Amino acid sequence: MDALGQFLAMGGYGAYVWPAYAIALVVLAGILIASVRTLNTRRRAVAALEAALPRRRRQGGSADDA
Amino acid sequence: MTRKRRRLTIVLLGMLALGGATALVLAAFEDNLVFFYSPTDIATKPVPKDRRLRVGGIVVDGSLQRERDGVTVAFVLTDLATTLPVRYKGVLPDLFREGQGIVAQGRLGTDGTFAADEVLAKHDENYMPPEVANALRKSGQWKGEGAR
Amino acid sequence: MLHRFANPARFLRIAAVVQPWCAAICALALAAGLYVAFFASPPDYQQGETVRIMYVHVPAAWMALFAYAAIALAAAVGLIWRHPLAFVAAGAAAPIGAAFTAICLATGSLWGKPMWGTWWVWDARLTSVLVLLFLYLGLIALRHAFDDSDRGERAAAVLALVGAVNLPIIKFSVDWWNTLHQPASVVKIGGPTIHPAMLTPLLLMAAGFMLFFVVVLLIRIRSELLARRLRALRLAQAHAAEPAAATRGPVLG
Repeated sequence: MDALGQFLAMGGYGAYVWPAYAIALVVLAGILIASVRTLNTRRRAVAALEAALPRRRRQGGSADDA
Repeated sequence: MTRKRRRLTIVLLGMLALGGATALVLAAFEDNLVFFYSPTDIATKPVPKDRRLRVGGIVVDGSLQRERDGVTVAFVLTDLATTLPVRYKGVLPDLFREGQGIVAQGRLGTDGTFAADEVLAKHDENYMPPEVANALRKSGQWKGEGAR
Repeated sequence: MLHRFANPARFLRIAAVVQPWCAAICALALAAGLYVAFFASPPDYQQGETVRIMYVHVPAAWMALFAYAAIALAAAVGLIWRHPLAFVAAGAAAPIGAAFTAICLATGSLWGKPMWGTWWVWDARLTSVLVLLFLYLGLIALRHAFDDSDRGERAAAVLALVGAVNLPIIKFSVDWWNTLHQPASVVKIGGPTIHPAMLTPLLLMAAGFMLFFVVVLLIRIRSELLARRLRALRLAQAHAAEPAAATRGPVLG
């Protein structure tokens, strides 16, 4: 417990070190999650439209099959 | 092919002109882009006496004196050519110590003492564990802060 | 028409293979980097434990510069050679670069307060990085400022090239002018002035950030290509919804 407290204190600079890492985590996780969600939304929308349209209108194959 | 060549030339010439213009502007504003003056600048250049300005230098070893009120400190700044006495009332940053580079903001008094209202610590570009710094100091190979 | 699709299709095939590998190595590099940063690297002789902020601050700063350089390059390729993917990549990279710049500024502020004694100063280095953040925001805004997305992309590409003059200013600001920010420690003449025990977590985190950039960039490029396909499909649907006889009649007759 004491070792953990000492680690979290960061030599008295915990109030600066931890927020720095927290900000980096929040910003990076935020942009990753937002990008993945947009990708999935668009993928579903394209799939729905492709199913609705006659097959012969499809050109160049699926735009995203990964 | 020629149209691509032409677009390439336009972009390259544009970048060249832009870079040249920027360099000229930066050169013209050089003095205003300087974050701080050195004690030598203060002594040799005409420095406005009534304007707030910043002075940067190294705190001379053994020059730090605390006055009786406990919050006012006096120390001497040097750029290794000229020295400048500084008085400051307030909290010093954690990195402040003798032999350390600092930047003081304030006004130059008529008595030649710089009255600072803000003191910022500057650190160098060397990063190493304390043990390594101590070992270097002992073996006389120290090149970091306070070596000169 | 065909060649416009050929490149994105090939790109998507390559991206599908590359992306999982990049993601896996990125996770490994970040995990190793964080472990070394917190448990296997020493405090600094001057700055104590705050030196650990360096392991996010410096990689974020490098990526902020790298992403902008990549955008400027893509903008030039798009403007000169009209490569179909160039503007897509430039647009996809801008928000990631902005995120790295914001991290760089925020962590730098959190580092400056305990060490320098201030959250912010208007010295050449800090100011030029703030200008970089505004350039990123300008790129993102300009792209969406036009109804015609082609014109928005071209305007953003020109701004990206103009803003590229800021990159050398950021890099060399600490050498050209007196700044509160210290000079470079890693990329400099005469080799790094940083102890190997601290260079290791720095480079691991930098590798992790670089791969993170690649992974998110690939995701965003795929996403943008899907958005374009979506627009094309909606257009096709709108045509299909019009009276069928008007368009099909002559063909069948």
